[in-house]
Amino acid sequence: MKHVIVGAGPAGVVAAETLRKGDANAEIQIIGDEPEPPYSRMAIPYLLNGAIAEDGTYLRKTAGHYDDLKIGYSQGRVEAVAAGDNSLTLAGGDKVAYDRLLLATGARAVQLPVPGMDLAGVHNCWTLADAREIAKLAKKDSNVVLIGAGFIGCIILASLLKLAGNLSVVEMEERMVSRMMDGTAAGMLKRWCESKNVEVLTSSRVKAIEAASEGAGDKSVVLEDGRKLNAHLVVLAVGVAPNMDFLDGSGVATDDGILVDEHLATNVENIYAAGDVAQGPDFSTGGHMVHAIQPTAVEHGRIAALNMLGHNPLYKGSLIMNVLATAGLVSSSFGKWDGVKGGDSGAQTDEDNYKYLRLQFDGDRLIGALAIGMTEHVGVMRGLITNRTPLGAWKDRLLANPNRVMEAYVANSQL
Amino acid sequence: MSWARNILRVNLSKGTCANEPLNMEWAQKYLGQRGLATKYLVEETDPKVDPLSPDNKLIMATGPLTGTCASTAGRYSVITKGALTGAIACSNSGGFFGNEMKNAGYDMIIFEGKSKKPVYLLVEDDSAQLIDAGDYWGKSCWDTEEGIKAKHQDPLIRVASIGVSGEVGVKYACVVNDMHRAAGRSGVGTVMGSKNLKAVAIRGSLGVQVDDADKFLAAVSSGKAVIADNPVTGQGLPAFGTQVLMNVINESGALPTRNHLDSQFAGASKISAEAMAEAREGDGKTNLLTTSACFGCTIACGRISTIERGHYTVAERPQYQIASGGLEYEAAWSLGAATGVDDLDALTFANFVCNEQGMDPISFGATVGAAMEMYENGDISDKETGGLEVKFGSAKALTELAELTGRGEGFGAEIGLGSKRMCEKYGKPELSMAVKGQEFPAYDARGIQGMGLTYATSNRGACHLRGYTVSSEIFGIPVKTDPTESDGKAGLVKAFQDATGAVDSSGLCLFTTFAWSLDDIAPQVDAACEGDWTPERLAEVGERVWTLERMYNLQAGFTAADDTLPKRLLKDAAKTGPAEGKVSDLGKMLPEYYDARGWTSDGVPSNETLQRIAL
Amino acid sequence: MLKSLQINPEKCTGCLQCELACSYENEGLFNPAKSRIKVFNFHDQGRMVPYTCTQCDDAWCMSACPVDAISVDAETGAKVVSDAACVGCKVCTIACPFGTVNYNAASGKVIKCDLCGGDPKCASACPTEAIAYVDANWTGLDKMRGWAEKTDSGAQAEA
Repeated sequence: MKHVIVGAGPAGVVAAETLRKGDANAEIQIIGDEPEPPYSRMAIPYLLNGAIAEDGTYLRKTAGHYDDLKIGYSQGRVEAVAAGDNSLTLAGGDKVAYDRLLLATGARAVQLPVPGMDLAGVHNCWTLADAREIAKLAKKDSNVVLIGAGFIGCIILASLLKLAGNLSVVEMEERMVSRMMDGTAAGMLKRWCESKNVEVLTSSRVKAIEAASEGAGDKSVVLEDGRKLNAHLVVLAVGVAPNMDFLDGSGVATDDGILVDEHLATNVENIYAAGDVAQGPDFSTGGHMVHAIQPTAVEHGRIAALNMLGHNPLYKGSLIMNVLATAGLVSSSFGKWDGVKGGDSGAQTDEDNYKYLRLQFDGDRLIGALAIGMTEHVGVMRGLITNRTPLGAWKDRLLANPNRVMEAYVANSQL
Repeated sequence: MSWARNILRVNLSKGTCANEPLNMEWAQKYLGQRGLATKYLVEETDPKVDPLSPDNKLIMATGPLTGTCASTAGRYSVITKGALTGAIACSNSGGFFGNEMKNAGYDMIIFEGKSKKPVYLLVEDDSAQLIDAGDYWGKSCWDTEEGIKAKHQDPLIRVASIGVSGEVGVKYACVVNDMHRAAGRSGVGTVMGSKNLKAVAIRGSLGVQVDDADKFLAAVSSGKAVIADNPVTGQGLPAFGTQVLMNVINESGALPTRNHLDSQFAGASKISAEAMAEAREGDGKTNLLTTSACFGCTIACGRISTIERGHYTVAERPQYQIASGGLEYEAAWSLGAATGVDDLDALTFANFVCNEQGMDPISFGATVGAAMEMYENGDISDKETGGLEVKFGSAKALTELAELTGRGEGFGAEIGLGSKRMCEKYGKPELSMAVKGQEFPAYDARGIQGMGLTYATSNRGACHLRGYTVSSEIFGIPVKTDPTESDGKAGLVKAFQDATGAVDSSGLCLFTTFAWSLDDIAPQVDAACEGDWTPERLAEVGERVWTLERMYNLQAGFTAADDTLPKRLLKDAAKTGPAEGKVSDLGKMLPEYYDARGWTSDGVPSNETLQRIAL
Repeated sequence: MLKSLQINPEKCTGCLQCELACSYENEGLFNPAKSRIKVFNFHDQGRMVPYTCTQCDDAWCMSACPVDAISVDAETGAKVVSDAACVGCKVCTIACPFGTVNYNAASGKVIKCDLCGGDPKCASACPTEAIAYVDANWTGLDKMRGWAEKTDSGAQAEA
């Protein structure tokens, strides 16, 4: 049996390891398109701020890890999949045959459809190569403009602030991290950033990036309202798109991502998909969603591999959840953090101390949560949601005092 | 180390919070907590100050061991001039508040002045701020604690607060922390209320270090073994709590009953530890639900109790159909024997209310007992009591008065004066069973002679926690003495008072001394603190603390004439039991005691004595 | 036979000696706020519950870690955080459905129970044997396993 995995992110690597655990003799091949060993994009902010070196971003730290597991690794870019003869074609024309194929190609950072994207000193912050370029330009007292205050923007914000000092953030939405924050949370986050001397411009669209500056820096970011922000460095964090163009003509069905069923299988025999590229079962809605998050990538990788091995476990669906620290302010969100119709919601807000916790219920079950400034026992919110724990009398307590969520969990699981 | 070396000074008049270094020279002389805070109070206030004036100060203080892993090392004390007594007041509490204060990096918090409006202090490590307490004024300790935790989104904030009783001036209001732990006596909560300070809320995460960690862990480990192996601390207290005493003291003929008219109570067994562990007729459950420990305590004498749901006190009131702090011996005595009430659930309810509204159950129950005697004698009538039949044995009168007093309403306002002021008001001062205005606890001075001397000479008014000779006279710790004899009690009282002064200054709980002598405690203090701490040095600290308190009281206007007991104990003999026919032999013991202390016959420490203990 | 922490809430008095021992072992000072084991006090029910990581087989924290910073101690079975490798991304803190991995802002790393290398100090400090370190097949673990199974996003077909 030959398993081919396209993509060397967490989903691909976990799948390869799971395959090896389940089948000592199978041939396992990972094809990645970056020159470095498999690494984590999540670690890039910590590379930028100097906490780790490049090898600190690697997914596996043990020397010879892949060799020891007899997992083949090669660099290459897949250009086409020929489902009919169980093979794929790499850039350069090489063909690779497979018995089972896992598509774990992840996503790529997108550009803005405005002039000036190709100027020197305008970078995404997605790959190690990007990180090296950013590190070169983000020097002390340089002006940095960060475009996009979504997940990635907010996570790298602290590193940019530490390196450069003068930081402006431009976000087209009316609030920061709109995909995981309500107005209260996002307002708190904005205020926090401003208190750290970060200029935050929400509801602001970029019209162009020009190769000229009226002050420090060699270029400027021009906003639609006419304002110009001088910059030495412009960092783009305006979203990602799944890497699935190579599937054109393959017959593999796609939507927002590659559509997979509860076995992580695509509509084409012997082809599976996992991670940021996969549009799989969503725990909260029962529908299919792309959840571009680390825990989902790992779960996808494992469950897909088990299916490729023929064990056929069912996937219950992934819970969307996020955690990030924005210039030190930790926030997290789980599931239906914005609630469901007819459900109850309890919240506590402490604006002065940047603390906020909102819990969302459907009946007496927790279905979503949003927290600012909480670092203790946050995982139980995942546990309570995915277990669909009936909270009984604890629901009213939590409506009044959301911060007792850990107690609610312990009471429901340990008493 | 072990001291945080840091004081938080809060000026309520100005609304300021400031840090200052702890006076380490004083720390070496007074150790911490009771001793060291008393030194600060003595240095900073006029002993003649009105306890309720802004010029009085209130100090919350930890000991050097507070917050360490020594057994019971979570104590703090509230030191001020007492509202009930006008004497030096130092009330000690367990729970988890003291540890939190230490972990936030403070040995003590000194409150001075008076806030214009109700406030609470929020301390989160090095950040301290006064916050408007308008939302909590008029609320109970329970609601305040829960409200503050909810408001700041942190269930682990520790809160010490006053209830409504402390706001309305009940003279024996407590400071309650962790729902049912209290700095209980002498009206320290009343002083807090007079300053418009509703609560202190603390979250600490800085940690506590000790001087010699390896030595300390070894000493602590030995100490814990001694506690575990001791029958009182290893078995009696964990199993029965302090209520283990109820039947024992009753059998000794030293259970003051119905305002000390008797010294044995027929209903004792119904309100005892054994009764708490017996299935109730009504619901088949026991009053005692479980035992609980304060911070770091390997004894766990605390009781968690429930009241039968059908009981008249809670049947219509679900908020009391919960588990909460149950009866300790002193409370069971004051709410029960002192009033002649033997309804265990009624006592438990009254105890809940005392915790909820922050009242000292000893002074409350004893004052109700005095009111019952006056009512039965016709000194007061339904006119004063608002139609309530305040008779001995009436559970309804007890529980009704608990609620009224907690809110300062109706006849409860009279009960809130304490027995001395109330009895004087109605022309019967002799019916107040108190010393220096503070009601007796649960040991009859006729049946346990040493306790009579302890009460008479206690610096904070009548108190069992200022020289617990019961240990020796009833339990034989460290040596058995005859409770009905007064010979040798002067020296015994002094030794207990001095040792207690040291323990109360260390951060440890006095209950460890059932198992520990200063020989067990000194190695723990020595390893934790800079300097050489021997048992002898600790005893000297205790004596110094005791004498400093005495000097304060003398300057406040107290004299040897205040070192006395009510006539009832000096003239009316015990009617039953082993002490039948006995009165307190205070007249003989007191001069012996002054002599043992090196005080003049007027009860004033001689210059020689002051020099000997470096005061 | 691997050993595990056996917790009997019925025996717990809520004294926090476990938190003292844990914080001293891991932080070098007495600081319950930094303890890996926590005692939850259900005041109005009269129940105290010590709670910490059970070193679950599924180890969501370990599999969710993007930088291989959590590994299994072969001798104890504990899932151990490598401070050198942890970047502080906190993904493990949301992945663990038991809430037993916490982010420590002071160090910028996550902290969790590591069984003290096979001599868990919480257990030796407990005065009432509410926490014991015993052979791993005690039945109380079933409660945790049940919780783990419900959380698992896919059936465990590897066995």
